[in-house]
Amino acid sequence: MSVLRSKDTDTLPKLMLRNARERADEPALREKNLGIWRTYSWAQYLEETRAFALGLKALGFARGEKLTVVGDNRPRLYFAQIAAQALGGYSVPVYQDSIASELVYVLNHAEVSVVVAEDQEQVDKILSLRERLPKLRWLIYDDPRGMGAYRKHDFIRSFAEVQEAGRAADAAMFAAEAAKGSADDLAMIAYTSGTTGNPKGVMLSHRNMISVAESFAAAEGVRIGDNWLSYLPMAWVGDTTFTVGVGLVVPIVGNCPENPETVQRDLRELGPDALLAPPRIWENMLTTMQVKSGDATPLKRWVYERFRGLAERVELARSEGRPVPFMDRLGYALGTFFVYGPVRDQLGLRNARTCYTGGAPLGPDNFRFFRSFGVNLKQVYGATEASALIAVQPDAEANPNTVGRTLPGVAVRVAEGGEVQVSGDNIFKGYFKQDDVTRDTLTDDGWLRTGDAGFVDKQGHVVIIDRAKDVGKLADGTPFAPQFVENKLKFSPFIREVVAFGDQRPFVAAMIAIDISTVGNWAEKRGLAYTSFMDLSRKPEVARLAIEEVAKANRGLPDAARVRRLLLLNKELDADDAEMTRTRKVRRRFVAEKYAAVIDAFYGGKSSVDVTLEITFEDGRKSTITQTIAIHDVPAADASGRQAA
Amino acid sequence: MTEASVSSARGAPAAKIVLDIADVSKKFGGVTAVENVAMTVPEGRILSVIGPNGAGKTSLLNMISGFYKPDTGSIRLRGDDITSKRPSEIAALGIARTFQNIALFSGLTVLDNLMLGRHVHMKSGVLASALYWGWARKEEIAHRQRCEEIIEFLKLQDLRKQQTAALAYGLRKRVELGRALALEPKILLLDEPMGGMNQEEKEDMARFILDVNQERGVTVVLIEHDMGVVMDISDQVVVLDRGRRIGGGTPDEVQRDPRVIQAYLGTSKGAAAA
Repeated sequence: MSVLRSKDTDTLPKLMLRNARERADEPALREKNLGIWRTYSWAQYLEETRAFALGLKALGFARGEKLTVVGDNRPRLYFAQIAAQALGGYSVPVYQDSIASELVYVLNHAEVSVVVAEDQEQVDKILSLRERLPKLRWLIYDDPRGMGAYRKHDFIRSFAEVQEAGRAADAAMFAAEAAKGSADDLAMIAYTSGTTGNPKGVMLSHRNMISVAESFAAAEGVRIGDNWLSYLPMAWVGDTTFTVGVGLVVPIVGNCPENPETVQRDLRELGPDALLAPPRIWENMLTTMQVKSGDATPLKRWVYERFRGLAERVELARSEGRPVPFMDRLGYALGTFFVYGPVRDQLGLRNARTCYTGGAPLGPDNFRFFRSFGVNLKQVYGATEASALIAVQPDAEANPNTVGRTLPGVAVRVAEGGEVQVSGDNIFKGYFKQDDVTRDTLTDDGWLRTGDAGFVDKQGHVVIIDRAKDVGKLADGTPFAPQFVENKLKFSPFIREVVAFGDQRPFVAAMIAIDISTVGNWAEKRGLAYTSFMDLSRKPEVARLAIEEVAKANRGLPDAARVRRLLLLNKELDADDAEMTRTRKVRRRFVAEKYAAVIDAFYGGKSSVDVTLEITFEDGRKSTITQTIAIHDVPAADASGRQAA
Repeated sequence: MTEASVSSARGAPAAKIVLDIADVSKKFGGVTAVENVAMTVPEGRILSVIGPNGAGKTSLLNMISGFYKPDTGSIRLRGDDITSKRPSEIAALGIARTFQNIALFSGLTVLDNLMLGRHVHMKSGVLASALYWGWARKEEIAHRQRCEEIIEFLKLQDLRKQQTAALAYGLRKRVELGRALALEPKILLLDEPMGGMNQEEKEDMARFILDVNQERGVTVVLIEHDMGVVMDISDQVVVLDRGRRIGGGTPDEVQRDPRVIQAYLGTSKGAAAA
């Protein structure tokens, strides 16, 4: 039964009070400090939060006021957020690496009156903006180091000072204040930065946070006292959902690493019961593994490679539902003891029952590698407007292509035009002070427009293919999602960048930039001499390789979305040539204009095209070259039978 | 940091003199490294010694820390003559130093290097320590605690278990400062702590030096070539040239001193031509 049903447990501070009552001596939160994990019990969690809350009240913090925390994950910053909520205020966490203009915008837009900063660095940042923050009344710091000279500012207080004042107050006042709250009060305003314009303040209520935590815990079998590594930015709603939401509801134990550089070591020491990480972190782990195995003795390397191959075979059989041969099963059991277990241990994943990746696609090979080593890696899908979580893959249905089933109590539908829409208790209360944007984001019947294009597959899993605004249609009316196609192709190690075309066209064609390091390596192994990127990209052998790779990727694509023609670019896509943004996103429209001749050739049935390119050198000089580049046809997929399976 | 904030943070009254260096000289064969240099170091301040290469800055530091014996003159610590004391005795009196050329145990971890820096404070005997028993155990834990505080202070947490040989230059400099701090010195002698560092590393190091000074009340004697840093963080500056003291005072006074300008920039005519 939901804790939301009871008036005594329908807000986050009330849940904290419940935990302190029922589990006073059990661990609630840990932080690594001076090389040692230090534990706060629920009784201490309450005591720290209460002292800060009452101190905050003494400073005049009233219901409806906003408190910002800024810094790395620290117990005191969590206490401060719950304290503000207990007093009927909202927390507005901001990113610790925000630049000044972002901070000014968010703090002013949210009308923040109290900032709790982790350390001197953050205090300095706020102080330098003091004149531009008219609503700010108090600046409170956690770490006293280097703060001696700041005492002359009368609006600065240390966390300990505020708590001291709070301890002098009547302790019963805290529970009385917390009791005034109810499920539909706001808990936090999470600012999200869009690709355009200013950040928007996503208003989330206690009901949002608690319901999503309950749904997730139920779907994933989260156990009381599970350890969670609280290392993702506090300003990202996901951290609040897990460390605070699931943390208070189940409850589980949040563990704050020593500092951002020690996360990998702290992860290994802790061995959490679950881990959520973006694809970048999983990829880094994999690279580290490969480097380490490369440095090992030949015998160890041989063993590792043998068992890696075996694990891959077993995982592939399992994911395709084929039976695993007896000898392979035996070998796998052996491998678990000698290789897979120790590797998981090295990565800090030995105890992790579940691991999650989300936010961006993780290559299927990488995904399978972790699964084959016994890491229960699964995809999750969510949005800030949906309290971080919408869907997750059940243990038995993990795969690299979908984002899983919706959480209990959450519903998904696909609107006309392919946009995924979501409804449930996790859907936000609107954007703070931006009703017009809220109206655009919610449908008339209250469903959230995610802006993502996707569908629900036969199994009932949500599949996300692209941002809805990029999705076009092929000439015959089939929807075409360029990013979906591009990602499939980019999973090949030989392909670095892809620009796919197809909107209003009869079929899909792609311009491909090869990956010079992997293709170069491949060429060297075959004794293929080359001088430059341009030279390498023009080799017929490389063209054959690319065609093979694309044909392989085609097998994972629906028939209409398969790439029929391709061209290997004779230069890399480059931000200096304005073909990409600095964050390496293809500037689709610009590229389409620049390479108009290529597109004409693709669809005009030509077998080659003259490309004139203006190249900007690093010193700013420009020059032009004209080259004839071959266009290749990709043979129709021979493995259409596999597609159905 | 601006001059105004320095003086306001420190208050006006003159500080007690902790180190009194009176007319010391040091000759190596026919070369006079330091000639009749006198200076006083006020307690709790940052005093920088500057000067061109070969001005005698490091020799002066070596005399304070007991590595060289002055040929003439005396060095007093709070009135007590320490001129002829051995380096280990001087370290035990609370004067720690870092070296221009990093001097760490490169095969040991960062933590072990710091723990070694605490040896002057360790009282347990070999047997008790080896058995890790009773008082020795308590003592070890207390020392580890102090080292962990330094690790946190210098933001070395992620490198705690790394061998120092594998660290980048700027980080090794930081570990060296940590090792000196592990001694819990009253006076810290820093020989070019920012040599070979990039701008960001320099800023970090300047921040650490200021924090050591302001929060731990450690008196700092600093040799440094980066004039920007020296003028920013020093309370007083002493200028040496060819073994002699040619000037001294607050950073402002020193920057206006024509003798100093001449030593650094050549003659004022030359400077104008350049």
